[in-house]
Amino acid sequence: MFVPTTGGGPVSTTPVDAVSLEARAAALCTRSIKTTSKRAALHTTIRCIDLTTLEGIDTPGKVASLCRKAVRPDPANPAIPSVAAVCVYPEMVEHAVAAVAGSGVAVASVAGAFPAGMSAPAVRVADIADAVGRGADEIDIVLNRSAFMSGDLGRAHDEIAAAREACGAAHLKVILETGELGSYDQVRRASMLAMAAGADFIKTSTGKIPKAATHPMVLNMAEAIRDYADQTGVVVGLKGAGGIRTAKQAWHHLVIVGETLGSEWLTPDLFRLGASSLLNDVLMQIQKLDTGRYSGPDYVTVD
Amino acid sequence: MAPTDNPHKPFGIDYAPAPESTAVVNIADTYGHFINGDFVEPSSGATFPTVNPATETHLANIADGSAEDVDRAVTAARGAFEGPWGQMPGSERGRYLFRIARQLQERSREFAVLETLDGGKPIRESRDLDLPLSAAWFFYYAGWADKLEYAFPNRAVAPHGVAGQIVPWNFPLMMAAWKLAPALAAGNTVVLKPAETTPLTALLLADVLQDIDLPPGVVNIVTGAGATGAAIVDNRGIDKLAFTGSTEVGKAIQRVASTRRIPLTLELGGKAAHIVFEDSAVDQAVEGVVTGIYSNQGHVCCAGSRLLVEESIADSFVERLRRRISTLRLGDPLDKNTDVGAINSADQLQRITDMVATGVSEGADLFQPECDLPDKGYWFPPSVFTGVQQSHTVAREEILGPVLTVQTFRTAEEAVEKANNTPYGLSAGIWTEKGSKILWMTEKLRAGVVWANTYNRFDPASPFGGYKESGFGREGGMHGLAPYLHERADVTGGGA
Repeated sequence: MFVPTTGGGPVSTTPVDAVSLEARAAALCTRSIKTTSKRAALHTTIRCIDLTTLEGIDTPGKVASLCRKAVRPDPANPAIPSVAAVCVYPEMVEHAVAAVAGSGVAVASVAGAFPAGMSAPAVRVADIADAVGRGADEIDIVLNRSAFMSGDLGRAHDEIAAAREACGAAHLKVILETGELGSYDQVRRASMLAMAAGADFIKTSTGKIPKAATHPMVLNMAEAIRDYADQTGVVVGLKGAGGIRTAKQAWHHLVIVGETLGSEWLTPDLFRLGASSLLNDVLMQIQKLDTGRYSGPDYVTVD
Repeated sequence: MAPTDNPHKPFGIDYAPAPESTAVVNIADTYGHFINGDFVEPSSGATFPTVNPATETHLANIADGSAEDVDRAVTAARGAFEGPWGQMPGSERGRYLFRIARQLQERSREFAVLETLDGGKPIRESRDLDLPLSAAWFFYYAGWADKLEYAFPNRAVAPHGVAGQIVPWNFPLMMAAWKLAPALAAGNTVVLKPAETTPLTALLLADVLQDIDLPPGVVNIVTGAGATGAAIVDNRGIDKLAFTGSTEVGKAIQRVASTRRIPLTLELGGKAAHIVFEDSAVDQAVEGVVTGIYSNQGHVCCAGSRLLVEESIADSFVERLRRRISTLRLGDPLDKNTDVGAINSADQLQRITDMVATGVSEGADLFQPECDLPDKGYWFPPSVFTGVQQSHTVAREEILGPVLTVQTFRTAEEAVEKANNTPYGLSAGIWTEKGSKILWMTEKLRAGVVWANTYNRFDPASPFGGYKESGFGREGGMHGLAPYLHERADVTGGGA
């Protein structure tokens, strides 16, 4: 079947066999990552993290602390790279922009009536324009799942296309909220729709519901990205978010993306992991590699 | 793919070597036959070497079985059948089988490493497939040992006596498990011959049988090549024969067996069609095709060696397939990240090389990804032939190597016709998201196993076996018990 597109030719989507998809993801998760590969994977993980805080109680103080962590994840080890971006609500964007200025860390903002997207299209667009106006480099919006699930693919597409326009120079990430879509087929279709509507990245989840960035889901979306590149020549990024807490989960995501799309995808330009507690687990793993011992949670900063 | 000029350039992140340690295995210099509960010297004193096909290094010297050795083994098996094993209630036999299964689980790393050393298959497969399935087979048939009267209701059944079993080199331990478990559950005793290139895990199994105190003579293992197998087939003390291997040898065995009215089961070659429709889950179908032909280097009798793809998606499907094959990691079988290991033997490598040369000379287009083959050992890259016609040798004869042929079809009828147009009939695969098409195809395909939207999936409860020149008799499930039992005339009560 085909999804609506903005100009260009038709884009088709294929069904997904759940059993085989999960078996393939499980097989990739048996890859053994040791010594030099482990260190490379841990550093790549940090470089691809969108360090995230999306709470109603976020304050300028909390965001300042998070930003400092983003720029310099381990105060004792300057060899540790900065993360890719911090991800905050629009009201926190200016504070984040000030805190990371000159560091190379980008500021991402959720917008467009995050996390449900259940507002009028004009309101969603205004929310996005506001976040961009405050200085956000990247905008994370949600797919209109209500439109998508009711079969109104046209509206789901058009809202993303409008968001794309409102973003201007900012990068657009479209969250599918995969845990709500009910099947890998639907996620595959939503992925193609979001890409055809102009997403720079497709992203698994808001982090607001339990079912989030599972390995088969990331594999499914990576295959959609590969398919879209084959059909259109357009290269789209992938962001896993929600429930990624351990370094091991993260490097399995790297394996899945690396073996499906190629290691060219394993850069912050095309791959992100949205997370908050993941960073400290990665830092502890690096300390283990450096010293041969596990230290403990008191030897990394809780920000 | 936009970011790279060469679409077939190997993808993937660099994995540091992650070899499984071999410290867990202890290989002796020389192995005798396992007869009547002990390792014994071969009567002739002759041995042959077994080597690691990935490095060509010598592993051990193996006893070369003579007719005399086979006779000793048969005598021991007869003694056990007429002695303790034959008298034992099924529930007791079951306990021994459960013990074997648990020992295989406990020592699975040791067995997996040894299987990979001796046979060249990736440790990922011996660890995740061969060992779990071998244990599962013993667990499954352990449960049947005291329930034969439920398996064959209203029929009184009894074991044949001494079963002669000859197993191949592609899944050495697993094939031994497939054969031993139902035979023992049914109450037979066994003379087993592992393949000459891969005898070590069967001999390690002998160690397990000693550890669990299996009565002497219940399982006897005689090693050797074709002549040893022939001695088993010819031995008049054997009451039932089971063979897994080539169709050519299977025919020879059947010729002999036909002169003796001895029950026989054969699981032979295959040339399975893997049929992919336009409406399939394409990315998973690619995975299924890759698993179907490249796992275990294609040394799989039920390998999906003939891809039949609907013509409307053939070009894009082959492109996806080539790209995926380019990511396969070929190399050290002990490395946990290796996907494709070593070819089992120099002879098999020669056969594959000759078959591929024939394919090229007959005009099919060969694709092989760029990959560095190790300097030592027996290696062959994953290969795909496109532009293949039904008349090409590579589409007709079993290769038993990592070689896939691609043909196209226009209608489901044409797919069935091409799939069935082979002397073999072991297995087939179908990829479509349309259930009615799966059911229709399943009815029409002349193959013992038909997988839909999956491939090479095995379960001890599911019968496995062939049509036509792929053999007869079934292994697995209740069906797998039947060849090891006969109906008793002296009906007085329950099962064996």
